Amino acid sequence: MNANIAAVLYLVSGLLFIFALRGLSSPETSRRGNRAGMIGMAIAIITTLFYQPPAGGVSFLIIFAGIAIGGGIGAWRARTIQMTAMPQLVALFHALVGLAAVLVAAAALHAPRAFGLGSPIHTSSLVEMSLGAAIGALTFTGSVIAFLKLDGRMSGKPIMLPHRHLINIALGVLLLLFVIAFSTTANHIVFWAIAVVSFALGVLLIVPIGGADMPVVISMLNSYSGWAAVGIGFTLSNLALIITGALVGSSGAILSYIMCKGMNRSFISVILGGFGGEVAAPAPGAGGHVEDRPVKQGTPEEAAKLLKAAKLVIIVPGYGMAVAQAQHALREMADQIKKAGGEVKYAIHPVAGRMPGHMNVLLAEANVPYDEVFELEEINDDFKKADVAFVIGANDVTNPAAKTDPKSPIYGMPVLDVEDAKTVLFIKRGMGSGYAGVENELFFRPNTTMLFGDAKKVVESVLRAME
Amino acid sequence: MANEIDPVALQHLHDAVTAAKQAAQNAETYADQLAGSGHALSGGVIDPIIFRLAIFALAVVVGYYVVWSVKPALHTPLMSVTNAISSVIVVGALLSASVGVGAHGDPGAVAAKIFGFIALVLASVNIFGGFLVTERMLAMYKKKG
Repeated sequence: MNANIAAVLYLVSGLLFIFALRGLSSPETSRRGNRAGMIGMAIAIITTLFYQPPAGGVSFLIIFAGIAIGGGIGAWRARTIQMTAMPQLVALFHALVGLAAVLVAAAALHAPRAFGLGSPIHTSSLVEMSLGAAIGALTFTGSVIAFLKLDGRMSGKPIMLPHRHLINIALGVLLLLFVIAFSTTANHIVFWAIAVVSFALGVLLIVPIGGADMPVVISMLNSYSGWAAVGIGFTLSNLALIITGALVGSSGAILSYIMCKGMNRSFISVILGGFGGEVAAPAPGAGGHVEDRPVKQGTPEEAAKLLKAAKLVIIVPGYGMAVAQAQHALREMADQIKKAGGEVKYAIHPVAGRMPGHMNVLLAEANVPYDEVFELEEINDDFKKADVAFVIGANDVTNPAAKTDPKSPIYGMPVLDVEDAKTVLFIKRGMGSGYAGVENELFFRPNTTMLFGDAKKVVESVLRAME
Repeated sequence: MANEIDPVALQHLHDAVTAAKQAAQNAETYADQLAGSGHALSGGVIDPIIFRLAIFALAVVVGYYVVWSVKPALHTPLMSVTNAISSVIVVGALLSASVGVGAHGDPGAVAAKIFGFIALVLASVNIFGGFLVTERMLAMYKKKG
């Protein structure tokens, strides 16, 4: 195959990837977009195989085996993964892209002619190669740590090493020196030194970041995996890789920005780490600090009566709902409200789940129609009209202190104005504070009724009382 | 007579050809001059890396606008699909797994082939996993009724 034809085909595959993202502007076109992405990928693979055919039958066999093994594992994970575990899966996928970037850079260094690189390799190619490998290595270990934290195999608590900023800066400087040394000497040992330093840096950067900041971390690593691909794309002069890397890099950056804004945290403070500890709030009487101000406690029967009489109910789900697997029972409860003549809407805070858009997927899985689900800006004015705001598994994102108390650590964070509803039904395991360790003002409001218990069990008993 | 050619016509033809030749020569000079000024503007031959940089910069801009138009409700599928497409790094894996090792097993090529194979497996996990899980999620999004 002619080099120009191959380049054009790579360009086509890059364009198809743009269409894949463009399709996601609405759920109706999204699946068409995904197919465009698949076609783009197929074109890139077939073009490569024709442009530089594998040397001999054994090579063909190796390639076929590689795709079959990887594809089989990937397809199996895609089919069996729980939707609550999507953040872990995505983190793991980022890790794979990162490691693949390191390996491809290493391969290009060992067999430059196969990649159309001169021998000795051009300095500019060496720079691109080392940057791709460094970002890839950092993405790899960083994503592995993020995976371990999200999957609960490692504590979500921030791990603060002494002098960690100093260590990171020292490693950064060392990395820069190695990149310069590699670009001038093409020394293999220096290449692996770059990889090792970047591996260490990836671990050290993510370890101090707490569970609450994971939505930012996962978006950030998404962005990094894109920039790693760009580095390799420049090394190989491959248009598909350059375009895709740029798309992914900017996508991850935008998502990080949206997540930071949703938490009112600066990107820098997230990176510096140390915010947000464990998921589980202390159980009542289990030693956690229990407020002694009185709260109004309700029964499922009272809640059922209120919900049946309501004209508009806005449900505010948080990650706690997903942990309790209450989404299906919640949907059934919504069906009962509709049967009684009420309208149901869902209000989603940008950081409701553990990754961007996570809560929407969980609701979609429970057969909640997407046109009943609204973003914060779309729905915040509707709380005034709502008879009941039903808060389940969410806490900090409903805290009015974010608007009124400049001393609160979450002051300035955009919150859902649930207190504007006639009645707030707040489902909670016990009187503990939220993720951010902040007491929620809302509990003590006169129009708030607390329903204590496991989210799923409470919803199920409300549901029984409604039927 | 058929073979008799009008000398005046011949002369005209000759003039025309000369003029055309002159024009072509002039055009060449002009083209050279143009190219010369082009070189002067760009400071010589443009390195192909600049074109790659241009494509990269434009793709960042396109990505910026396209991603802002994605509905927040679809941000998780956005992530899984960006994940899938970034595994187009498989191109590099294929190139290195295709390397000819030669009769005596050139050690550099053998290493490249091994790295390429591992990268190929990793990228394939991502390609299949990423696209299929996106497809599975998108199939869940349904409208009312």
